[in-house]
Amino acid sequence: MESPAHTDRRAQEQDLTEDDPGNLAVSMEHVSKSFGKVLANKDVQLQLRQGEILALLGENGSGKTTLMNMLSGIYFPDYGDIHVHGRKVTIKSPKDAFDLGIGMIHQHFKLIPVLSAAENIVLGQPGGVVVSRRSLNADIRELATRYGFEIDPAKKVYDMSVSEKQTVEIVKVLYRGADILILDEPTAVLTPHETDKLFAVLRNMKEDGKSIVIITHKLHEVLAISDRVEILRKGEFIGVVETAQTDQSQLTEMMVGRPVSLRIDRPKLPRGEERLTVQGLTCLSSYGVKVVDDVGFSAYGGEILGIAGIAGSGQKELCEAIVGLYPATRGSVVYRGTKDGAIVREQLLGRRPKELTRKGVSMAFVPEDRLGMGLVASMDITDNVMLRSYRDNHSVFVDRKKPQTLAGHLIEDLEIVASGPEAIVGRLSGGNVQKVLLGREIARSPGVLIVAYPVRGLDINSSYKIYDLLNEQKRKGAAVIFVGEDLDVLMEISDRLMVLCGGRVSGTVDPQKATKEEVGLMMIQLAGSEAVAS
Amino acid sequence: MSTKAGAKREPLLRMVKRDDLSPLRAWAYRGIAFILALVCGGLLILVLGHNPILVYRDMVIGAWGSSTVIRETIKLTVPLLVTAIGLAAAFKMKFWNIGGEGQILVGAVAAGFFGLYTAQIFPRPILIILMMLAGMAAGGLYGLIPALFKAKWRTNETLVTLMLNYIALAFVKYLMNGPWKAPGSTFPKMPMLVSGGRMTQVLGVHWGWILALVIVVIAWFYFNKTKQGYEISVVGESENTARYAGISVKKVIIRTMFISGALCGLVGMMQFAGADYTITEGTAGGVGFTAITVAWLAKMNPFGMLVVALFIAMLGRGSNTIQTIYKIPASASSLLIGIILFFMLGCEFFVRYRLVKRGKEVPDA
Repeated sequence: MESPAHTDRRAQEQDLTEDDPGNLAVSMEHVSKSFGKVLANKDVQLQLRQGEILALLGENGSGKTTLMNMLSGIYFPDYGDIHVHGRKVTIKSPKDAFDLGIGMIHQHFKLIPVLSAAENIVLGQPGGVVVSRRSLNADIRELATRYGFEIDPAKKVYDMSVSEKQTVEIVKVLYRGADILILDEPTAVLTPHETDKLFAVLRNMKEDGKSIVIITHKLHEVLAISDRVEILRKGEFIGVVETAQTDQSQLTEMMVGRPVSLRIDRPKLPRGEERLTVQGLTCLSSYGVKVVDDVGFSAYGGEILGIAGIAGSGQKELCEAIVGLYPATRGSVVYRGTKDGAIVREQLLGRRPKELTRKGVSMAFVPEDRLGMGLVASMDITDNVMLRSYRDNHSVFVDRKKPQTLAGHLIEDLEIVASGPEAIVGRLSGGNVQKVLLGREIARSPGVLIVAYPVRGLDINSSYKIYDLLNEQKRKGAAVIFVGEDLDVLMEISDRLMVLCGGRVSGTVDPQKATKEEVGLMMIQLAGSEAVAS
Repeated sequence: MSTKAGAKREPLLRMVKRDDLSPLRAWAYRGIAFILALVCGGLLILVLGHNPILVYRDMVIGAWGSSTVIRETIKLTVPLLVTAIGLAAAFKMKFWNIGGEGQILVGAVAAGFFGLYTAQIFPRPILIILMMLAGMAAGGLYGLIPALFKAKWRTNETLVTLMLNYIALAFVKYLMNGPWKAPGSTFPKMPMLVSGGRMTQVLGVHWGWILALVIVVIAWFYFNKTKQGYEISVVGESENTARYAGISVKKVIIRTMFISGALCGLVGMMQFAGADYTITEGTAGGVGFTAITVAWLAKMNPFGMLVVALFIAMLGRGSNTIQTIYKIPASASSLLIGIILFFMLGCEFFVRYRLVKRGKEVPDA
């Protein structure tokens, strides 16, 4: 396991001697950064050549973003040197980074919704009190034509799609004169088509001599866009490879530390009974906009129904409305199941959770916001395990014995890395947090299991463990609803794939027959009416 | 691309969060902080022209030196402790009830109604029970106002509870000057509670101290072992999680604030029927605010609050004593208490974070 890393390191050191320091836009050496006990970066190096696209690859928690945050002035390294254009520098704030021509486009956009694109771009720029809108707009248009952006300087940010917002962020950085760009997971929120457009822009910028670092964990994108790939694992530098001389399996192995099969199981089972029927479900946002618009579908036992869509297409509200956490203005949600041999058939909307539990409705929900909704971060595993069941007995006191036993089982069965049931959930790593949450929900033997972004932020090992657990529920006859963001995963694991666009169902496809491009198109535009019925 | 950025240096001090401090070391830190507080306060005493060691000794003697002063110290402890527990119930829910003062006053007034006007009708046990129930109900209902406002209109409870303090205070002044003014008195004051309506003394202090100890134990069980206590913690951590778990957030806020206010109201009743035997604008006397410090220093643990309340009561008593012995002005002895509390609260920062100096801390690479 160690040997490939070492050879790569040696290869990299050779590269170093070959590289004329003047050709390096950025050079980071022996950089370390710790947060409390956690060593986020340990003696990491990075060389970015002038005019290249370097992909920074690693699993979540491998320290990619931390490393780049030190280059962009968000964090200050505990140790190590940074050279920019061959000169040693100290970057103490984002402003220092700007002054050096370094600009970072963060995963979460930092734009002001009520301002226009141009206003956001000029915000915080040095200069006089008066801004000439005409010359500003001209500058923005000039940048747009040079690199192939589509941007309307007068458009308000709140009217923009995610991709348009990202464009504003990139133009903002370019407008400040950055020649070193860092993009943190830029494709996570984009459809395949939008990703292609972004990559075209990045290539134009490279032609223009800009040096670009793109942080990602998607291998096919690395292969598509980058010149070289640097791999980090658990905060450590593993190696650098030329993109032209590598492939997915080598990159995965360097990223994970051992060979991994990247195939996701899709056990073929006969379709079971209808468990959940949603009809005409409509929800309004707090501003009165329809965030879920006339959504209807059925979920069957023994199948995984995938739900795809770009971020903010109504996935969150749909899930929460089904489980009664978000008010629905119209529609119906009917649960079907059995309790002690008797048939249960209940309308869920507008009912109290306590009452539904008593009637035998057994729904489990793994929300997107794990620590803000699904779990209590400051409590231990036992107290979190009993969150949904502590009301089951009639005593005034809570019974911690059973939850404690269950917590012990979960730790063992799901391989949760924790000191024991007394471990505080907020201190666990992302993968272990998700295992506690999913484990608790599965332990209720649900008839319907809804999971929202279950592998977001998880490493490959944990992700595959989660896929296995979902498939196990499918085998047990539960109807699994999987809301995801990674289209590749959704296409592989789902039996049927429903696509949302702007709160509406734009179609339901068989992922074994549809192509990724077709699904990507459905994510940005509503298909013909024949697709709506599922 | 100026050269400025390159010239800048690493910051002099950095804060680093620590999560690995053993309880023993944490207590050592607190001990050091206490010693530093004494040294710092000692300098103040030196400047005033006294021997710090003698002054500190007399402070302790003033609080614990004789059975008389011990009783006085306990008398100060009881309201602090019970109020702190009441506030802690709300604080655990992240509901910032800083209206202890007002809730104490309305509790005292409600108890005062029965104490001043029905003492002739009821025998003592019934009268005491009536006063207690009235005090708790009034305090609880007064605590409900900010809870209902928050549940209904999402108002800021800090502002509402704070302002309700002044309303209660103004109401007490109105009663003193008008309807409840003692007959024949030229000063605005209320009549005294007749001896038949006063709380019985046990070991020289009204039996409220026994009640306070019982409340400590009950509160510990309530916070840590009951479903309602669990619900308070969940709501305090995240309202979304509480809703997800099927907890009615509004119900928990309202129920808990009633309990919080009721305990403060009980304090008002005890101050009236056990300590002062009358009601003035000084009946709450800052207890509602000092109790906030007690609850936080004890990290919402009722047994911890018992210790902290005793400590703060001792400081209060002791500073009274040194004022009379050494003719130290009241402002200076308040300053002394302030210095000690400053160090005790300040050291919690060092328990949670450590500072790293420039150039130090090379990680083991």
